[in-house]
Amino acid sequence: MSTHDLTVPVAPPAAPWRQRLGTMVPILVLAPSLAVSFIYVFVFTLWTLYLSLSNSSLMPTYGFVGLDNYASLWANRRWNIAYTNLFLFSGFYIVGSMAIGLLLAILIDQRVRGEAVWRTIFLYPLAVSFIVTGTVWSWLYNPVDGIQAFVRGLGWTDFSFALTANRNTAIYAVIITGIWQSSGFAMALFLAGLRSVDPDLIKAAQIDGASVSRTYRKVILPTIAPIFLAVAVIQIQFAIKTFDLVAALTRGGPGVSTTFPAIYVYDLMFQRGQIGEGAAAAMMMLAALAVVLVPYSLWIVWRRRAEGRNG
Amino acid sequence: MSALMIRDLHKSYGGLEILAGINLEARTGEFIALVGPSGCGKSTLLAMIAGLETVTSGEIWIGDRLVNSVQPKDRDIAMVFQSYALYPTMTVRQNITFGMESRGVPKAEQAEAVKRVAALLQIEQLLKRKPGQLSGGQRQRVAMGRALVRDPKLFLFDEPLSNLDAKLRVDMRTEIKKLHHRVGKTTVYVTHDQVEAMTLASRIAVMNQGSVQQFDTPKRIYDRPTNMFVAGFMGSPAMNFIPARLTGSTSIAVRAADGSDATLALAAPLPASAPKDVVLGVRPEHIYRFTTDLKSRKPAVESMQAPVELVEPTGAETLAVLRLGDLEITGRFEPDDAPVMGETITLGIDMSRACLFDPTTRALL
Ligand SMILES: Nc1ncnc2c1ncn2[C@@H]1O[C@H](COP(=O)(O)OP(=O)(O)O)[C@@H](O)[C@H]1O
Ligand SMILES: [Mg+2]
Repeated sequence: MSTHDLTVPVAPPAAPWRQRLGTMVPILVLAPSLAVSFIYVFVFTLWTLYLSLSNSSLMPTYGFVGLDNYASLWANRRWNIAYTNLFLFSGFYIVGSMAIGLLLAILIDQRVRGEAVWRTIFLYPLAVSFIVTGTVWSWLYNPVDGIQAFVRGLGWTDFSFALTANRNTAIYAVIITGIWQSSGFAMALFLAGLRSVDPDLIKAAQIDGASVSRTYRKVILPTIAPIFLAVAVIQIQFAIKTFDLVAALTRGGPGVSTTFPAIYVYDLMFQRGQIGEGAAAAMMMLAALAVVLVPYSLWIVWRRRAEGRNG
Repeated sequence: MSALMIRDLHKSYGGLEILAGINLEARTGEFIALVGPSGCGKSTLLAMIAGLETVTSGEIWIGDRLVNSVQPKDRDIAMVFQSYALYPTMTVRQNITFGMESRGVPKAEQAEAVKRVAALLQIEQLLKRKPGQLSGGQRQRVAMGRALVRDPKLFLFDEPLSNLDAKLRVDMRTEIKKLHHRVGKTTVYVTHDQVEAMTLASRIAVMNQGSVQQFDTPKRIYDRPTNMFVAGFMGSPAMNFIPARLTGSTSIAVRAADGSDATLALAAPLPASAPKDVVLGVRPEHIYRFTTDLKSRKPAVESMQAPVELVEPTGAETLAVLRLGDLEITGRFEPDDAPVMGETITLGIDMSRACLFDPTTRALL
């Protein structure tokens, strides 16, 4: 080593272009997809917002009409039913499929015999598309040749099971079918989560004298909380796809009892040429999502802060 | 009375025998170490004591109770896991109180117990944190706190220090020793680190392939290992094993570097049943540079010539690799008196401290 090395360098040499290129590459590679997502998410959202305030009918036009479209939308009974259905369906569907999925996962986690067989059976509905599920279940619900006819054929002649034939219960037929379709999927994710828990934690809880249910409630399930979130996000995504399921199962009926906003928006925009009102309906769907996502994001931020304080 | 008694304990998974007839016993307040290479069944044995694994056959007694079919929570034990197994979503305080919560201990009593344990382990300022916000050493303390708060009959530790870095490991080792001294609970401590076992335990069970090779005090285990496995496993650098031939009832011949035989007198005569070929076991610290002064101080020292192949100074001591026949042995020297590389020195081997083994049964003669 020479004394040279000990002297302080006077000025750092300018970063060589290679190095600068190195830092640029990730940005360059991501730029197109970022730009496209930005356009799809923000630009189209803003455009839709603008259209919802315009007098567009068959084609987008830009005469400003204020909140007229929203007023006429909310004056429509069919829209009110559709919007209520969205909340009713999403709530019951997500909570129901997660609850049943979790229950199945916990049962299978007790080292049952033939675990692989059970897993396959419960996961199988997911392999079937919503269209097929809807069609098959529409037969089952059909009073003339479905479950009702079958049970009556067995001798219970006053047995009644005709959810889809009644406007008050048809939405529950959709919910039950949706839950049937996706609780196996929730189960698979929950089971993977349960299996990923450090077995020593369970042993420690055993020594601590916690009962099985207390161990699940206080130790195992809190540990896999992120899985709940993942399952919920995927289920919301399925809930939005109800278009297919409803189309095949009830076609929105009887009457308008199982209409959903997605169907309604499609009708307004492409069947009836009321793009302005259709855009207003789409904005209301976005608002419905925001009702869920905004509190959730705020909660995440709050929790991070809280943890930062304790740490 | 013994706090823990294990009689002829067996464990098999399917047809595979993991533990083959374990006998152990711990007196009240005693610190027992289970030591052995990885996979020898230490954790399995500990889990069976805790009740986390079923017993295939044999008996486990805790105090005066046969606990073979008693639930873990009713065995009056506490356990510290290698992974610490702290509940990740609970704070340190909740981790410590979880067991008392489960047993329905009144809140005031819980608070009192947490205070006592937190003070003992100096973790008061950590009580509000989650395990993810703690360092390895702090997690280790919390895991011990969770065990201590139970005030159990028996403490079980499964390699509690193996996830810590070297310096912290030594510190925590000292602390565990102090803690045991203060609390005085019967403890079974699993480790694969023979130094940990030697420093902590009042008795050590050396295990290999599912059976206890020797169960004795650290000193007896170190000085009189019952077989070559125990001799080789305990001590670092390991004991030197030198093939030798009996030349009489009180002397053996060892091959020197130049191919000639060096004759060494034994400190005590061998039984008549001893085989012709034996293995001489010598610990590195029982090899000296031979002087007449040494001989007068330690009359059992025998001498022979050996070239020095390599010298490794470590500061406190200097290790030298010496050639004996086609074998290399390690000697431990005072740095001031250490041989130099290439030199041929006259070794003094303290035969009163040496062990002789039967090469076929590998047992101590
Ligand atoms: N559940 C199990 N099924 C089959 N073999 C097991 C099981 N648990 C442990 N073993 C085997 O038992 C042996 C001893 O394991 P263990 O007690 O963990 O060893 P150690 O703690 O001494 O490293 C190992 O060979 C291991 O593969
Ligand atoms: Mg182990």
